[in-house]
Amino acid sequence: MRLTCPLCGERDRREFYYQGAAEALQRPDPQAPAQVWSDWVHLRDNPAGRTRDLWFHEAGCGAWLAVERDTVTHEIFSVERIDAG
Amino acid sequence: MLLLASGATLCIAGNRRGRNVAGEFSGWRLFREGLTRNRGWTAHWRDPDPKDSYDVLIIGGGGHGLATAFYLAQEHGITNVAVLEKGYLGGGNIGRNTTIVRANYNMPGNSEFYSHSLKLWEGMEQALNFNTMMSQRGVLNLFHSDGQRDYAARRGNTMAGQGDDAVLLDRDGVRAMVPALDFDNGRFPIYGGLFHPRGGTARHDAVAWGYARGADSRGVDLIQNCEVTGIDIENGHVTGVQTSRGPIRARKVGIVVAGRSSQVAAMAGMRLPIESHVLQAFVTEGLKPCIDHVVTFGMGHFYISQSDKGGLVFGGDLDFYASYAARGNLPMAEHVVEAAMTLMPAIGKARVLRSWGGIMDMSPDGSPIIDKTPVEGLYLNCGWCYGGFKAVPGSGFSFAHLLATDRPHGPAARFRLDRFETGRGLMDEEGTGAQHNLH
Repeated sequence: MRLTCPLCGERDRREFYYQGAAEALQRPDPQAPAQVWSDWVHLRDNPAGRTRDLWFHEAGCGAWLAVERDTVTHEIFSVERIDAG
Repeated sequence: MLLLASGATLCIAGNRRGRNVAGEFSGWRLFREGLTRNRGWTAHWRDPDPKDSYDVLIIGGGGHGLATAFYLAQEHGITNVAVLEKGYLGGGNIGRNTTIVRANYNMPGNSEFYSHSLKLWEGMEQALNFNTMMSQRGVLNLFHSDGQRDYAARRGNTMAGQGDDAVLLDRDGVRAMVPALDFDNGRFPIYGGLFHPRGGTARHDAVAWGYARGADSRGVDLIQNCEVTGIDIENGHVTGVQTSRGPIRARKVGIVVAGRSSQVAAMAGMRLPIESHVLQAFVTEGLKPCIDHVVTFGMGHFYISQSDKGGLVFGGDLDFYASYAARGNLPMAEHVVEAAMTLMPAIGKARVLRSWGGIMDMSPDGSPIIDKTPVEGLYLNCGWCYGGFKAVPGSGFSFAHLLATDRPHGPAARFRLDRFETGRGLMDEEGTGAQHNLH
């Protein structure tokens, strides 16, 4: 599997650290009940098919990337940089 | 002709007693079938159409689901049960693993559960009247430093305290057992190993078949090519399921579909603390006996054993990204082979025959879930991570207990669905924290 980093171009999967589902970007409100926070940390949609997840270009430019891909076929649809803040 | 006729009579008599359609296996039966050109063997289970309703439906005809059905009938006398399988029996992870059986866990919760499961393994062939080729050849965990030796000693004591067996071996002790390893590797010299003699391997398909045959003969309907497409819930109670072969009503429904847990749970409106990952395994061409035990090389996330056919069966770690493809990617294949060469350079002479992947239900703390769900009558068995095979009998036994009595079974009482939310009773064997991408 290869990912096309918007900054570095097409790179081997081994350059990237896998963080997990992009649901992590929807951080709950700090005042949200504990249940909401627990769900955010632990529960996952975990789709068989199209998904969006977070990869870190650890051995490259250090960018955090949101990757749209298929968990069944390993097809990559898009790779976007996540802007800080 | 006379022998054939008497064989048929025996089968019918066997059926009337509620035993197997195919009759009991015995030395005498083998001998008799040999004399009659093996014409007396019949199907080992029926192929029934689903009835309109059952007391208990089990979604998933893999090892865990079939074991659950067997113990529901055997231990609780609940036989109005159907196992619904999307494909064919035993076609999922029970047919894709590396067949290792062990009870060498460290954490409370896991320790007693796997201890119980190993005892069931030891009595399985007699209980099922089926040869599962259970081979207690021993599991050897290697260590490579003084600190690791201390931890191995501690874990061995935990295992012994649980009533299981563990032997701390020094370097010479390991060398006497497995001479073909690189004992003087520059990075990971072998200091010794923790040996678990009662661990070993079993024939994975036979485990599924044995439980299927045992459940069927006790009246359980095993329904294949029957995909569950919906779970019916009325007023917070489960009432049945929709399937590709029509609706089926039931008082209780158990989900045992590791590898697809999130999809089936979503039919009941649930999200699970599960991320699905692919784990690869490899087998070489058949070789003469050279690895007599199961050997694990934790520093390389590598383990190896030799099958009865002579193939070296080995594997490593997850590919480490969410995947439902039952095949892996090359980086992990390369890593596994590097680890193999580090531990056992002679393996470079062997040719890999094939590799494959299985889909693992990864939970945040690396331990499983056997629990009720918020839906009354709906029960969940999932999250086996990469350790489901050795758990098959224990998981089936404990899940059957929960389904039958509505109370958790003692050794599995800590496998709670809510432990991530409360933080109580997490079983984080690796000590890395209850976080999805760390196990």
